[in-house]
Amino acid sequence: MADVPVHVTVNGRSRAETVEPRVTLADFLRDRCRLTGTHLGCEHGVCGACTVLVDGAAVRSCLMFAVQADGADVTTIEGVASPDGDLSAVQAAFRDCHGLQCGFCTPGFVMSATAFLRDHPSPTDEEIRDALAGTLCRCTGYQGILRAVRQAADAARGGEQS
Amino acid sequence: MKPAPFEYHAPDTIVAAASLLSELGEDAKVLAGGQSLVPMLALRLAVFEHLIDVGRIAELQGIERRDGALWVGAGTTQANLEVSTDVASTVPLLAMVTPLIGHFQIRNRGTVGGSIAHADPAAEYPAVALTLDATMQVASAQGTRTIAAHDFFDGLWTTTMQADELLVGVSFPIWDGRRGFAVEEFARRQGDFAIAGATVGVVLDDADRVRRCAIGLIGLGSTPERAAQAEGEVTGRAIAEIDPDAVGRLAMAGLESVPDDLHGSGEFRTRVGAAMVARAWTTASAEARRG
Repeated sequence: MADVPVHVTVNGRSRAETVEPRVTLADFLRDRCRLTGTHLGCEHGVCGACTVLVDGAAVRSCLMFAVQADGADVTTIEGVASPDGDLSAVQAAFRDCHGLQCGFCTPGFVMSATAFLRDHPSPTDEEIRDALAGTLCRCTGYQGILRAVRQAADAARGGEQS
Repeated sequence: MKPAPFEYHAPDTIVAAASLLSELGEDAKVLAGGQSLVPMLALRLAVFEHLIDVGRIAELQGIERRDGALWVGAGTTQANLEVSTDVASTVPLLAMVTPLIGHFQIRNRGTVGGSIAHADPAAEYPAVALTLDATMQVASAQGTRTIAAHDFFDGLWTTTMQADELLVGVSFPIWDGRRGFAVEEFARRQGDFAIAGATVGVVLDDADRVRRCAIGLIGLGSTPERAAQAEGEVTGRAIAEIDPDAVGRLAMAGLESVPDDLHGSGEFRTRVGAAMVARAWTTASAEARRG
């Protein structure tokens, strides 16, 4: 089985590798790019922990082969904070609202929430619940996560109350 | 790495893809958005020697009006369809069902053609295609042909497309007049496949009689189904005299392969299905009456 070249931009940095076609984008990011912030839970598209942005769209990196991302711009959890280390509004809100405990699912939640709030800057609580439904948490509980996304949305709109 | 090894092909035209399918035959599988195929490969429920990635074929993208229908390129993502105002205005049922597919992260990758070619009886797009009498456009090295929805779904995850054929687009008829559409689904968790669901389209004449209707059933057979008997019973009748619960009960008549598994017994699914039809009928007919 022939290996294939893959050239992607990950968090602003160009990466060119040659991989087996069966290597998922998640494995590519973790094993080749050594970006282990993208977590693998179920590896069949259910848990959402591996969510990254591909050309801006939140996708399951376990349901995409790296070769399918050839030419794409990928953002992982490592690319969310500013270069000097300041947390993004979503990350800060997760910390403030106890939106994480063990942290395993957190990269998926943060990536999904980041894309969701970019596309829906003034969401209702119902819309936030809908957006979070595709990611599973097994320890923190969803209330803190919901509050975190609510706070991040309100902060982005200048701190006005919903 | 969980999937078994495979050879990867990424043609950039329909002709090139058809040629690969013709050459590789049953050893090859078309990879579209991958949201159903990749989990099956990861779990090794399916193994293929060759994957033909059609995600780089520009001809498979697009949403446009053609000959009184809405043509949707097979490679169009569910997310693109979800935000299309053209879809919402011409084929509202297609717009209504889209948010019920998986989660938004899935819809960012999943495609219209992938869902229809995968032919899951509990999936939304196959049911809409059958409800609206859509036409599938398929291509092979021999040329192109069209397949009507009622001839397309052949069984669980099975269609009447041949191994060397590629689904390139779907034409959804545009219903005119005093029309109403609705979808209802019951699922245990958001984003799950429905235990049972229904899609309804109704067109009324000026005297509030049912001029045309279609009732599609989700998750109630080995393919999506049409409740033909119920449709026949209500067509021509005054909408005010039709009891939605009776339509629901009638729609369950004659179903032969209702799934019976750990997610729900056949009897339970049938009861849920009747309720979903009744609700969808109520919503669709109220919308048509306002039209």
